[in-house]
Amino acid sequence: MIRFLAKRIGQAVAILLGVTVVTFVLSFLMPADPVRMLAGRSATPETVESIRRELGLDQPLPVQYVKYITRLVQGDFGRSYRQKTEVSALILSRLPATLLLLLGAIFFELLIGMPAGIFSATRRGRPSDNWIMAFSFAGVSMPQFVIGLLLLYLFAHMLPIFPLGGYGTLNHLVLPALTLGISGGGWYSRMMRSAMVDVLRKDYVRTARAKGMTERRVILVHALRNAILPIIAMIGLDIGIFMAGAVVVESVFGWPGIGQLAWQAIQMVDIPIIMGVTLVAAIGIVLGNLLADLVMPFLDPRLQLE
Amino acid sequence: MTGKETPAPAETVLAVRDLTVGFATETGAVRAVESVGFTLRRGRILGLVGESGCGKSVTAMAVMRLLPTPPAFVESGRILFDDEDLLTFPENRMRTVRGNRIGMIFQEPMTSLNPCFTVGFQIGEVLRFHRGMNRDAARDRTVEVMEGVGIGAAGSRVDQYPHQLSGGLRQRVMIAMALACDPRLLIADEPTTALDVTVQAQILNLLAQLQERLDMSVLLITHDLGVVAESCDHVAVMYAGRIVESAPVEDLFTRPAHPYTYGLMSAIPRLGRRSEYLPTIAGMVPSLDHRPVGQCYFAERCPRAGERCFREIPPLTSRRENHECACWNPHDA
Repeated sequence: MIRFLAKRIGQAVAILLGVTVVTFVLSFLMPADPVRMLAGRSATPETVESIRRELGLDQPLPVQYVKYITRLVQGDFGRSYRQKTEVSALILSRLPATLLLLLGAIFFELLIGMPAGIFSATRRGRPSDNWIMAFSFAGVSMPQFVIGLLLLYLFAHMLPIFPLGGYGTLNHLVLPALTLGISGGGWYSRMMRSAMVDVLRKDYVRTARAKGMTERRVILVHALRNAILPIIAMIGLDIGIFMAGAVVVESVFGWPGIGQLAWQAIQMVDIPIIMGVTLVAAIGIVLGNLLADLVMPFLDPRLQLE
Repeated sequence: MTGKETPAPAETVLAVRDLTVGFATETGAVRAVESVGFTLRRGRILGLVGESGCGKSVTAMAVMRLLPTPPAFVESGRILFDDEDLLTFPENRMRTVRGNRIGMIFQEPMTSLNPCFTVGFQIGEVLRFHRGMNRDAARDRTVEVMEGVGIGAAGSRVDQYPHQLSGGLRQRVMIAMALACDPRLLIADEPTTALDVTVQAQILNLLAQLQERLDMSVLLITHDLGVVAESCDHVAVMYAGRIVESAPVEDLFTRPAHPYTYGLMSAIPRLGRRSEYLPTIAGMVPSLDHRPVGQCYFAERCPRAGERCFREIPPLTSRRENHECACWNPHDA
């Protein structure tokens, strides 16, 4: 267990380092010049140069990178070019909203995806299976802003149950989380269905039936325990993806998450924020996967931590 | 067991009558099992023998009512278990039979156990479900049952997972699971096929011992005539979905009547008998959707086939006491 964790932490450091290199290089390959964005159109060349020096952007890229990493190791994410505040403070201020939306989204994804997938698998090839899979396909293919606006229209305008947007109470969370849940739940239901169809063919399912177990127990205990691993792996991935924020949904619902922060930063070429958000997302993905890997051996004892 | 003294005719535990099972396929319905009938008495072991695809497993699954429906459907017949027709049971009543009054073990102990649960959980589940035991009671009884099927260190093995056990042990776990509720009938579908030869013998001995100790009836499904000779009291030979011969084991081996059985017997290699090559039965079993109509299914491959064999299906008729054969031109006629 300790060896496993040590190995994984080593891998994580390598991955994060790689991510910083790639993001750093990509940020400077962007056609826009952060200094010009900051200085505005009417700035004189002198002003531009002084800002450039001030931000340290006049130095060669490798030097900038080394400086950045040195500060990063000390826990300093740098300051936003524009807002002049600490990037870490900006991200931390957005983290609660992001984590809340992450939990809500995964909750709805599972709530929608798992029953739909299980139900579909047990009725493979019948009309109900086809209908559910058609709906899941619709959920997967519909753009999130369409789902979001549809939900807003139905449950905030026509039936004013939930607020139109904003952040604060649990009521504010429902619609944005549900939007992500419908969108991602489609994937979950497909994954669940195919894993379940596969497992239902196994000999041990026949054994469970031969023991006189109810069909409900056969499916929800004997088969599900075996079919759930891909779902766990997917949750691990989702944690990472949602850590980077859900840009579209945050915009539609005015949700103050990391996604909006990232979106504004990209528009302004605010490189320290872009770097910070990317790192947080990368950490999210690493942690999500680690979490999944830690949980899986408890569900399937054949998997050993290595 | 051969040579075992036969008590007065024991009560009938399982009687299958005229069972026909069809499967709906894209090209139409096919029959996997046709007019199959046999009787299994208390405390006896009945062997159901045949090549793969002859319908012996389908018959077993039909008795358990575990055939996937659709595509499978029972066209006709009765399955009398303790004088009640299982085919008339509603599903929830059938569940009180499965794993409780009828236990079943399967060919592949590797894949027949659930990899995600301890063997103790999987055996104990039967006791909790059918006997209403709580977890502790079920666990204690599980350890007893495991010891009863010759699993050493049962107290610690009870918490192990299937992948931590050898093939022979896993099959013992399967047997423990099937016998936990002291069933009247055990259906063993190729219980030794996937095991090493030495382990095979152990498992067969175990089954024979348990059968005697628990006074249980066993329906033993196998393609292995050696297994039959070793364990069964009575044998039914299946070919292409039909029973072609049914006889006490000794009688079948010394005086096979059906040409198919006869061919099988001469295809068994024997020590000390040198020959250039092993006799075989020419041709192949007709596939499900290409079975000839209105004639003996074996006729094409039969060295004794006459003109009538291609015109009429031979019925299973009694030849001697307890010895039935479905052939127009049997051996020793």
